[in-house]
Amino acid sequence: MLTFLLGRLLTVVLPTLFGVSLLVFSVMRLIPGDFVDILIGVGPDVSQAQRDQIARSYGLDQPLPVQYLRWLGNTLQGDLGRSLQSGRPVRAEIAARVPVTLELAALATLFSLVVALPAGLLSAVRRNGVVDVVARFVALIGLSIPNFLLGTLLILFIALRWPVLPTNGFVPLSEGLWPNLRSLILPSISLGALLAAAVMRMTRSALLEELGREYLTVARAKGLAGRAVVLGHAFRNALIPVVTVVGIQTGYLLGGTVIVEQLFAIPGIGRLALDAVLARDYPLVQGTTLFVAAVFVLVNLLTDLIYSLIDPRVRTS
Amino acid sequence: MTAHDGRAPADAAPANLLRSRRRGLLPTVEHLARHNLAGLIAGAVVLAIILAAAAAPLLAPAAPNLMTPTSRLLPPGEAGPLGTDFFGRDLLSRILYGARISLLVGGVSVLASAVVGTLLGLIAGYLGHWPEYLVMRLTDTLFAFPAVLLAILVVSVVGAGFTSVVIAVAVVYTPIFARVVRGPTLAIKQGDYVQAAVAAGATAGRVMLRHVLPNVAASILVQLALSLSGAIVLEAALSFLGLGAVPPTPSLGSMLSENRTYMELAPWTILYPGLALGLLVLAINVFGDAIRDLLDPRLRAEA
Repeated sequence: MLTFLLGRLLTVVLPTLFGVSLLVFSVMRLIPGDFVDILIGVGPDVSQAQRDQIARSYGLDQPLPVQYLRWLGNTLQGDLGRSLQSGRPVRAEIAARVPVTLELAALATLFSLVVALPAGLLSAVRRNGVVDVVARFVALIGLSIPNFLLGTLLILFIALRWPVLPTNGFVPLSEGLWPNLRSLILPSISLGALLAAAVMRMTRSALLEELGREYLTVARAKGLAGRAVVLGHAFRNALIPVVTVVGIQTGYLLGGTVIVEQLFAIPGIGRLALDAVLARDYPLVQGTTLFVAAVFVLVNLLTDLIYSLIDPRVRTS
Repeated sequence: MTAHDGRAPADAAPANLLRSRRRGLLPTVEHLARHNLAGLIAGAVVLAIILAAAAAPLLAPAAPNLMTPTSRLLPPGEAGPLGTDFFGRDLLSRILYGARISLLVGGVSVLASAVVGTLLGLIAGYLGHWPEYLVMRLTDTLFAFPAVLLAILVVSVVGAGFTSVVIAVAVVYTPIFARVVRGPTLAIKQGDYVQAAVAAGATAGRVMLRHVLPNVAASILVQLALSLSGAIVLEAALSFLGLGAVPPTPSLGSMLSENRTYMELAPWTILYPGLALGLLVLAINVFGDAIRDLLDPRLRAEA
């Protein structure tokens, strides 16, 4: 197990994180215009001497590899620079937003599992029945509808008609559980619909495969009731591929948060990244993208890990 | 397909599929009608949308950016078949031109990523060694960013607008094609005919393009179909976020965000562009699945 983990770390995770850091660093140097201008922003009249001093203080007079290594060193120590807009450390800005996005992503995952697992189970057990046909159709729509369209429709048809659910805005948990949950229900559905559709499909097809296996015949033959066979044997095994889907898609949830947080005006990481791009706050762009990519890579590693725990064959291959 | 944006590579189609299953257009339609009616209908819908978008200048009742202050936010029927938006612009015209942008940006960017990704995949799979290592680490790196975030990062470098969106979407989809092509290439280069070509003195470039490429064409085609809808959604998402089409250019994504302010007053300004986008993506998805099943029955989803 440990060798598997170490192997993944050395061959995939570290090179990828290195590539990510290199990419984010170069992107910031590729931006049109002089980096000093960007740091100063529009407005103040700055003499050449002052410009040189700024360039020196940011290490911009050094060769690029040196600049990269310095930046990497700072980043690894958790120093991501300061936001050009607020002047606050980028790390603090990110830390303030993480819990919001985390809650949104967790609720979206919860929503999709609560909807998709029973739907997939019923679909497979009553194959081609009413539930199956409806669930498959809904899943197809769920896979095709962009999250910002679904969110807009939810606002139009639910929030505007049923004021219990707000059209936008976020209420922190400190102001009460229900107001907090209420403000995240529609965003979670918009974000989780796709995951729900993917999980439903995977549960269904994995369960159908398991239901056709011989060990189920054995289980039935020894007298187990139908329900016990399906739930106790087939469903448990069918969950193995479902775990992977959830893992992979949880990474994609992170990308979805950019849009959903913007649509519902939720102050999470995604919105922070987008605002940073729109305001050309480059240290913040750098910090947020680096953070999200790192989380994405770690979630994938975690998925591999869980998968290898459930299915030992993965470790040897 | 599990990934919403078509970024997860489709399993590789076996070699020689295009060749062994080649048939005419009519037999293909007949086959679809018998085995996959939904796929056939989806194909017809895609075709109809492409035709309507191409013929937008002929079909549109008005110029898409023509503002008529006297007819603001008029419901469908009162002014134009689908009503007007806040600036008195005809909604149907904007949707037709918007679909044009969706298809154009989606199509061009996916084609670009297919060309670049295929070359990278061929090089990685055929040459092996350090080129392969470099390409694979590059794809890993690009895969480490959620699609929307990567696209936003690219747009932040090249600026907003039509070309930037094409570049951004192409960057997002390039690694998928590299992955999809590399896998089969590894197997194909072991084939006798490839060995024979090498023995006959063919250069690496010639072997890749003349002998390997035709055999991965089926996988590339399938991935093209699967990626197109994701690319269209990504364009719409960027425009929705204000990073894509520059106003007043009509884009289905930007229409959804522009008209949000008035959606209580004029729901049609949201509903029709949304319906158009949803229908386009749904039809391409179903049609893409049909193409995959047609080219490689092994991958057919459990029905």
